[in-house]
Amino acid sequence: MDKLLVSKRMKGRLVQNAILQAIFFFATVLGLIALMLLLSHVVMQAIGWLDGDFLNNFPSRRPEEAGMKSGLIGSLWLMMIVAPVSFILGVGTAIYLEEYALKNRFTAFIQTNISNLTGVPSIVFGLLGLTIFVRELGLGRSVLAAGLTMSLLVFPVIVVAAQEAIRAVPQQLREASYAMGATKWQTICRVVLPAALPGMLTGAILALSRAVGETAPLVVLGIPTFIAYLPSGVLDTFTVMPLQIYNWTGRPQEEFQHVAAAGIVVLLGFLIMMNSVAVLIRNKFQKRF
Amino acid sequence: MGIPTNQEQPFSVREMIVENQRRQHWPKRMEKIAPKLLFTLAALSVLVTLGILFTLLFETIEFFRRVSIVEFVTSKEWLPWNEEHGSFGVAPLVTGTLLTTGIAMLFAVPIGLASAIYLSEYASERTRRIIKPALEVLAGIPTIVYGFFALTIVTPLLQNVIPDLEIFNALSPGLVMGIMIIPMIASLSEDAMSAVPNSIREGALALGATKLEVALKVVLPAAASGVIASVILGISRAVGETMIVAVAGGSSPEFTFDVTKSIQTLTAYIVQVTTGDAGYGTTIYYSIYAVGMTLFLFTLVMNVLAQYISRRFREEY
Repeated sequence: MDKLLVSKRMKGRLVQNAILQAIFFFATVLGLIALMLLLSHVVMQAIGWLDGDFLNNFPSRRPEEAGMKSGLIGSLWLMMIVAPVSFILGVGTAIYLEEYALKNRFTAFIQTNISNLTGVPSIVFGLLGLTIFVRELGLGRSVLAAGLTMSLLVFPVIVVAAQEAIRAVPQQLREASYAMGATKWQTICRVVLPAALPGMLTGAILALSRAVGETAPLVVLGIPTFIAYLPSGVLDTFTVMPLQIYNWTGRPQEEFQHVAAAGIVVLLGFLIMMNSVAVLIRNKFQKRF
Repeated sequence: MGIPTNQEQPFSVREMIVENQRRQHWPKRMEKIAPKLLFTLAALSVLVTLGILFTLLFETIEFFRRVSIVEFVTSKEWLPWNEEHGSFGVAPLVTGTLLTTGIAMLFAVPIGLASAIYLSEYASERTRRIIKPALEVLAGIPTIVYGFFALTIVTPLLQNVIPDLEIFNALSPGLVMGIMIIPMIASLSEDAMSAVPNSIREGALALGATKLEVALKVVLPAAASGVIASVILGISRAVGETMIVAVAGGSSPEFTFDVTKSIQTLTAYIVQVTTGDAGYGTTIYYSIYAVGMTLFLFTLVMNVLAQYISRRFREEY
């Protein structure tokens, strides 16, 4: 072929490559740019509304007096149930699947089932919780009913994270433990779990932050959005931050948009704190074998 | 386990064995209990699925005792609140769901794929290490926050461009849902594309292909199964998404394909009923389970399909 023709065509193809590369890069940062714009808008709206009173006041019909105290404390109550229940459920399942389960059909079935559970819409878990916990078990619209529903929603995330963490523990460590005369359970408790704990905790915190931000299942359970007192036990009714934001967003008065924005800033701040702890744990304790 | 030095030290071998057995009693029992206990926990996950299936099934059956299944599937009117001419045709809720999902995917698939190609084929290791966690942040933002974005920021912006746009509409939550789904499609597709071995890329480059040609004609076809699976999972996610459409989509179930009009999705209907005061045992109460069942079946089929495609059509190297 003609040398000139080839170099001419090559040039066109290279230009095409450069243009598309720019487009691909722009597409990659587009979502991030959109997020920055939206977030800065929310922060602007929240300025002037977010102060000490906002964190210390109960909800109010007057926007300038509305506060997030019951939601903030309620979210902490929710975490108190979700954290232990989902952690025990998730880590227990992961240990069974990685250390004990035989490679048979039933194990494969459990594994598929867990990945399918992560794909079930959260609102369907709300229907499950409404039927089983709120009505059948008679727990009502309580912290306990909401916590158990949320635990079922997020524990598959912990299973997946814990399985990865356990798999990352090298086989030699286990064999060394057996060689010292340790039994299987002793090996799991004293060798495998400590080594896998950072990964498990990271997964657990991510799951917990999902539970804190989730709204839909709690709406279905009928957890109230407007509550001017704090729960004193797990069978009391309560409210959480996302529900309060939902309530404020739906109000017609312009001022409540600002209250909702302030609530969003508090919620996101809370989630950022949780995620920083997760990153900290991962960086500080993660051992490479 | 130090060397016994005090008075209580056992002095015969037999007693030492007995002492040892006593000490080993609890650990030995634990050895037997632990697997059973852990198995119970693992089996509980199956119980959760069964629980979902059966609660939905029983209440849905109760619903179909009151409303014929033919009406549910074929009628094009969803008027549960109308006592005289009540009608339970699920079609308007399905079209509402399909509209928002369609808009979200039109937005998220091209952008998600473009970012996947950029991250897997063009980006340096350093850029990737900055951008990937940033995209994960996008996926970690609570959906109620996205709902707030849609209603109070995106809808007014769009109203400047489309004056006919209603306050509640399908377009704005669809777009915002697209932003939410981008990271999911981007990261799953990127995983699939990164799994294509470098030797294949190098082969194509050696034949004189540009990076773009490698990406579009070699890597993308090789990773097709994973990419398609990521899109299907994205659809499933959009169908099940609740708060964005409940906040910004409206609550008027109309059989329409007009994106500027107020609509209602399957999920938004469940939210509407459970926030209102439809009493326990009414037909409306049972209707949320039928709607939930529709939702559950749809997402289940999507998830199984995604798994099947990524397994069945995977190119092995």
